[in-house]
Amino acid sequence: MKWLRNKLDSIKPHFEKGGKFNFLHSTFDAFETFLFVPNKVTHVGSHIRDAIDLKRTMSVVIISLLPALLFGMFNVGYQYYKAIGQDVTWLEMFWFGFLKVLPIVVVSYVSGLTVEFIFAQVRHHEVNEGFLVSGMLIPLIMPVNIPLWMVSVATIFAVLLGKEVFGGTGMNIFNVALLARAFVFFSYPKQISGDLPWTYGLTHGIQTVDGFSGATPLANAAAYAIEKIPDNWTLFVGLIPGSIGETSKLAILLGAAILLFTGVANWKVMISTIFGGLFMAFVLNLFAVNPFMEISPLKQMLMGGFLFGAVFMATDPVTAAQTETGKYIYGFLIGLLAILLRVLNPAYPEGMMLAILFMNAMAPLIDHYVVHANIKRRLKRWNQSTIKL
Amino acid sequence: MPQTIKLKKGLDIRLKGKPQEIILPTVSYQKIGLCPDDWVGFIPKPSVKEGDHVKVGSPVFYHKDNPDIVVVSPVSGVLKQVVRGEKRKILSFIIDPDGNQTHASNTIDISKLSGDDLQKALLSVGLWAFIRQRPYNIIAVPGSKPKAIFLSGFDTAPLAPNIEFILKDEKNALQAGINILKKLANVPIHVGLKANMPSIFEQIEGIEITYFSGPHPAGNVGVQIHHVNPINKGEVVWVIRPEDVVIIGRYALTGKYDVRRKIAIAGSQVQQPAYTETMLGADIVSITQGNITGENNRFISGNVLTGRNVTINGFLGFFDRMISVIPEGNYYEFFGWAKPGFKKFSLSRTFFSWLFPNKEYIIDTNYHGGERAYVITGQYEKVLPMDILPQHLVKAAIIKDIDLLEKLGIYEVVEEDLALCEFVCTSKIEVQKIIRETLDYIRSEMS
Repeated sequence: MKWLRNKLDSIKPHFEKGGKFNFLHSTFDAFETFLFVPNKVTHVGSHIRDAIDLKRTMSVVIISLLPALLFGMFNVGYQYYKAIGQDVTWLEMFWFGFLKVLPIVVVSYVSGLTVEFIFAQVRHHEVNEGFLVSGMLIPLIMPVNIPLWMVSVATIFAVLLGKEVFGGTGMNIFNVALLARAFVFFSYPKQISGDLPWTYGLTHGIQTVDGFSGATPLANAAAYAIEKIPDNWTLFVGLIPGSIGETSKLAILLGAAILLFTGVANWKVMISTIFGGLFMAFVLNLFAVNPFMEISPLKQMLMGGFLFGAVFMATDPVTAAQTETGKYIYGFLIGLLAILLRVLNPAYPEGMMLAILFMNAMAPLIDHYVVHANIKRRLKRWNQSTIKL
Repeated sequence: MPQTIKLKKGLDIRLKGKPQEIILPTVSYQKIGLCPDDWVGFIPKPSVKEGDHVKVGSPVFYHKDNPDIVVVSPVSGVLKQVVRGEKRKILSFIIDPDGNQTHASNTIDISKLSGDDLQKALLSVGLWAFIRQRPYNIIAVPGSKPKAIFLSGFDTAPLAPNIEFILKDEKNALQAGINILKKLANVPIHVGLKANMPSIFEQIEGIEITYFSGPHPAGNVGVQIHHVNPINKGEVVWVIRPEDVVIIGRYALTGKYDVRRKIAIAGSQVQQPAYTETMLGADIVSITQGNITGENNRFISGNVLTGRNVTINGFLGFFDRMISVIPEGNYYEFFGWAKPGFKKFSLSRTFFSWLFPNKEYIIDTNYHGGERAYVITGQYEKVLPMDILPQHLVKAAIIKDIDLLEKLGIYEVVEEDLALCEFVCTSKIEVQKIIRETLDYIRSEMS
């Protein structure tokens, strides 16, 4: 790769201070560091550094999202051919889904990265890797029928007002990908609720076989049509209508295994979220007055976007609680609220998105109390010590 | 019965080039260098001029703010040069040894003194320079009343030497030094020892032993203070290293300022990592002669986490017990972040090096990435075995909120305690620099 390095070195001066392309220096820097880990050496503090950096961390998250993405593509094809009653091979189903999902991924990345690059340029920062994950998460929590312009508008909104106005990656209060979804949810509710958005073509009125509804398991549950909810195994494997990446719990758990094993995601948040959800579902069982409340805790976990949120959204380190004790509380409350909203609020068929966004806002408060407990311990010790100022 | 404190958090960085417990043939030093930067906030004023003759134990420079504190020459010879840097700041005093080791005639029998007289004597013969105080890690302020004196009897830093090996055969001097410290401050002397390992300190009288188990930084004296008798606001604790207690003890026994010491030469670029006998301030060229591989190396006085980059032309630091030599990392790595990384050491398991849990690594000085805003949380907490919230402390340090910093325990740490936080940081934040600047800032605001 010597020739590439030489090429970069020869054009680099143009992007540095005084060069004619100086206004593009962040862009150049982003591509250069993408190709080559820089030759920068330590000069203060520790002489050696851990091999990990943000690029590595983010690429691990993207790898962990791949099972959900690939299965999502397959499921788009599967649901489509099921709806029109045509028998095709698995490969054809995947190819069909691939062609439908890829544009959404591309639009999400192009829109978001454009905003990122512009802001890095204006602020004279290096381009941060944060959006690489957000850009992948956004398509996975969208319905397949979403118009591409809507993906673009939602993404730009989320990156601009959710992140850049706060100072960029690491400074945001709300999870960027969920903000994009919330934007669509409140601005264009028809495109992301009801029975039609989840199966390709239903919104443009394709001819379906008799009896096909396209309703998600959660919609069935909310309508008390419990008998229409597929069995646990189907829910687990994920051959059900839903947002592109959320349906297969198997694929999500595969991603979770990668995140937890590498240590990239925090197990405390993940486990306590699931625990909070199970707890709430169990409590609802105890006081059940309708069929939705009677659904078993396990089935509640397998329906909707709960698991996807617990694994990929709640664990976002920037928007989660930052103290270790706080993470348990944060996760538990997300799980609890998500199931509570889902079952008891008829306006929202799924509570995960709003539960996480709400707890994003509450995370600093949780941290405040955890930090304060630490301060209190120290003050107490000081009060007991002999020397006073 | 001494207490054992089990620490779980921390990280042992498995570096290649551990020192073997043998002593290399002694190579005599060509030059001696004394660097005022070895002490925090020490602004030196020369006591002698370039070209003047100095004897062993005669003053070379003194503290501008506190002229009683002097640093004396470890050898007899000629002050060859006062090296100055930017704004004429003094970087080092270089002495050409004459090889005779003639001693200055200001010998005091410190073994008969105590209290203020003893303090005065230690100051005048240059032994005070070995005593430092927390908070801030500055040279102990004469007249300050510590609540305790702390020593760490083991070193857990990467490639660190075995202090038991260094202290072998020094029992008498060690006991004499402890006796002096006892008479000086009349406060408890706490010694932290490694659990389940026999120690020379177990035969020493007048100390209180606490055992510690766990990975680095269990051997840091700051961590040990935190668990034995934490520093509250307004309190002062003195710290001193075992080797330096030996130096004070030697003076008490013989009346001679004798700073010969055993140090380790370690790191992946050292042909034969082992111990050597040398002198405080000895030149790195002599110490490492013929024992280095490769050209593009970094020479560190101290360990790889907290030591100082001294280059091959530097000198062994006043408080250092090892020289580390590792390769420089000034190269570009094509798609370095995407490689499987079988040879890359990381606290996380994002590189496939997790397949080899016992392998020793060659780690160079590359950053392995660019500096970013904080994204990942919970990393610092894994490597700091203290009841302190490191990330909140560092953030408070960045905004220099003294009130908040006090509440979060800034007086209990110095930069070396958070060196591992800096090592593991995904966002490559310069934690030690931030903590040091903040401590200096608080000190200047308080005075």
